This record gives sequence, structure tokens and C-alpha cells, in this order.
Amino acid sequence: MIRVVLPAHLRTLARLDGEAQLQVEGPVTQRSVLDALEARYPMLRGTIRDHVTQQRRPFVRFFACEEDLSHEPLDAQLPGPIATGAEPFMVVGAIAGG
Amino acid sequence: MSRVRVLVGTRKGAFVLTADGKRERWEVSGPHFAGWEIYHLKGSPVAPDRLYASQSSGWFGQMIQRSDDGGKTWDSVGNEFVYDGVAGTHQWYDGTQHPWEFARVWHLEPSLTDADTVYAGVEDAALFRTVDGGRTWQELSGLRRHTSGPSWQPGAGGLCLHTIVLDASRPERIFTAISAAGAFRTDDAGETWQPINRGLQSQTIPDPDAEVGHCVHHVAMHPSRPGVLFMQKHWDVMRSDDAGNAWHEVSGNLPSDFGFAIDIHAHEPDTIYVVPIKSDSEHFPPDGKLRVYRSRTGGNEWEALTEGLPQSDCYVNVLRDAMAVDSLDSCGVYFGTTGGQVYASANGGDTWAPIVRDLPAVLSVEVQTLP
Repeated sequence: MIRVVLPAHLRTLARLDGEAQLQVEGPVTQRSVLDALEARYPMLRGTIRDHVTQQRRPFVRFFACEEDLSHEPLDAQLPGPIATGAEPFMVVGAIAGG
Repeated sequence: MSRVRVLVGTRKGAFVLTADGKRERWEVSGPHFAGWEIYHLKGSPVAPDRLYASQSSGWFGQMIQRSDDGGKTWDSVGNEFVYDGVAGTHQWYDGTQHPWEFARVWHLEPSLTDADTVYAGVEDAALFRTVDGGRTWQELSGLRRHTSGPSWQPGAGGLCLHTIVLDASRPERIFTAISAAGAFRTDDAGETWQPINRGLQSQTIPDPDAEVGHCVHHVAMHPSRPGVLFMQKHWDVMRSDDAGNAWHEVSGNLPSDFGFAIDIHAHEPDTIYVVPIKSDSEHFPPDGKLRVYRSRTGGNEWEALTEGLPQSDCYVNVLRDAMAVDSLDSCGVYFGTTGGQVYASANGGDTWAPIVRDLPAVLSVEVQTLP
């Protein structure tokens, strides 16, 4: 089971109390995790990545295993502890005013 | 007894203010969508408990929220706003061409006849429509594809379509306004559009009476007198008596003709309200006095309405969508400020009192008159 930690505003939008727990078929990549997340919580479509281009929104970052994976290729394998559920994949709102 | 429901959009959430017809004691509900910018929310004229809200954030983009119980509960609906075809480019601040990019929904205008149909004015400027209660949105691209489109340029707030006026007497007619392109009208339900800016004079553009390029801030029309339009432009208060074909200035004795908001009395189509702002760089009232100005003559002759409003050391702004009227027998007038106050007058502007004083900066105010 893949664990995804969302920022508070997106948890509210998804009506989610804690982590999202997702079943991901095949390779565990940014794309497959986000596809599974949006399939389970369709209201999150467009909030993390663009509807059409699928590009990460500029003020959203992806952290995992104490690394910033935001600029890794979308189809690169995520670290093993993400795939086993030992560590969460974290969607983070960048520190940017507001 | 009738009731009123005031829908307030702010920088950090939405608030719903309700009162009975006396409009003396108010209940405050909110913040809804705490932490998100709520540019606008508005109810359907045919199903008043159906509300739509534009929720956005610099981090997470645009959401559209819908309520079917007058704002008690909300559901997120569609948020996919994709320009029709190749989006093309418009003029950027430095004069270069810049790709059309969706940023947010500034204004939601529910249909006058169908609760599931809503028009959305967006940044970068375009008009979208849903016919399924907000689930999906389609661009009425005839406006953006107008031949003048590549010359449109953003105002300080972005290239935004912020005003949508529907005409109950002529369903195929829609008025829109864009900063900083000007006002436009369609007479065929959005297929084709024409600029309606003749008579506007703007010293901030190379050709002051150009066909497009004017920074129109807001347009209001009384439903009983379609074709008569009032406009608050960047500078100048304007009037048209022929559906925008020609405009003439009615700023008259205003202390400043810069401002954002303009609205019309519910029962007196020649009684109009503006809130003069000192200048385009000083976005606060002249002399630190918050004054609504009322004209009972359709412009030119204006009186200051001050009772109950701060008359010293007041340096707030009143934004374009932040004024509205109710339709009770004694017309109520409402406006919100960037200082977080929402003021109400239950007597057409003669006296004012704050409903709330300490909200986040107010972006929009709409009012529903309920049975």
C-alpha cells in the first residue's frame, strides 16, 4: 500500500483525515501514484498537476525519504521505502507567501 | 417576512451573512474554504439555494464549489478550464506577446432561467459556460478569438474578464468587461462579439479613444431598463443609453472619478452608487473619508452618503465586485472593503452600519433577497 501525505487544504478538499492509502499497479512512479490518487479522489484533479499538461503546479513539491523529488522524471521509480509503504510520498505546498 | 443572504468572498474564505427583512441582526457563517481566495460567489436567480463559488489558491489552482442548501454544505464540482483550440497570445506588460494561460475564475454569473447554467469570467480573459451545474466547462471562444484579442493586455490585476451582465429581455445578449481590453457585447449568445467602447477616453493608452484597450472596472444594468448601462472605468463614470454603442461621461461632481464598484438601486433605475477612490496608485478614499456617492439622476449630480461610515483615517479600497443591492421594498445597499468590513444600508444608502468589521480583505459581495 502506498502512503501519500497531503497538505491540509487538499485533505480538506478530499475530505480525508489522515494519509491517503493507495493501491498502485505496476511500477511505483510519481505518475502512477498521482494517477491512483486522482482516481480515488477526483476532486484533487488539477490541484497538484495541470489537467492537460500533467506538469506539477509550480508551488507544489514532492518529498520522500528526506529528498526533494520534485524535479525527478515523472516515470522514474520512486525509492523502495515508498513502494513498500515504509515511508510516505509527501505532497507539499511550497513556502511562498499567502 | 422576507430575508436577505449576503455572500461575501474574501482573500481567505467565504462568509454567508443572513438577516430578516429588518436587516438589523445578522448571523455570520464561515469561513467556508478557509485559507483559499474566494473571488466570487453567487446564487441562482431561479433556485436561490443553489450557490456557486470560485475558490482558488496560488498553490493548488482553481476549484468551483456548489451548494444546494444556501451555503450550509458545499461540493467541489468541475475545475477544468481549457481554452478552445489553440489558445494563442495576447500582449504582455512589456509589449511582447504572451501565451494565454488560465489562472482563475474572477466572476460567476448564474443563468437567469436555468440553475445548472452558469457563465464564468476568467483570467487570462475568456468566457466559459457550464450547463451541467458546474461539472464541465466550455469556452465561448468567439470572444477571445475577436480580432483584437492579440492586442489585449493585462491590467495591474491581470488580464481578467470580471464582469458579465445578462439581459432577461434578450437572452441572446450578454455584456462582458475585461481589464484592460474594454467592454464587449454579443447578440447571438456568445458566437460573435463586438467591442462597445465608443466614447471612452483613456489617457493610459497610446490612442485614448481606441476601439479596445480601456481598463473598464465594472458595468451595471437595471433589469427593468435593458440597454442603459453604467460603467466605472479606471478613471471616469460613464453611461450608455444604447446598449454600449456609445458612452458619455457622467462623473459630474464626484470628488474622484476613479473607482471600482458601481451598482443600481433595485427600484429606481436612475439611482446609482459608486465609491470614489483617490487614484490608481492610491487605492483608498479621498481625504481618508469612506463615502458612497449616490446619483438619483442617472449620473452627473452626486451626493455623498456618509452617515455611519468612517469619516477620518480610512484607507481601505472597495473592489469591483464588492457592492450589491437587495430588492426589499426599502432597497438595501451593501459593500465590502479590503479592510474586512461589510457595510449595509437598509434605506438606500441614507445610513450605514457594519455587519462585520474584521473579515479578511473582501473581494466580492452579492445579495440574495429570499421569501
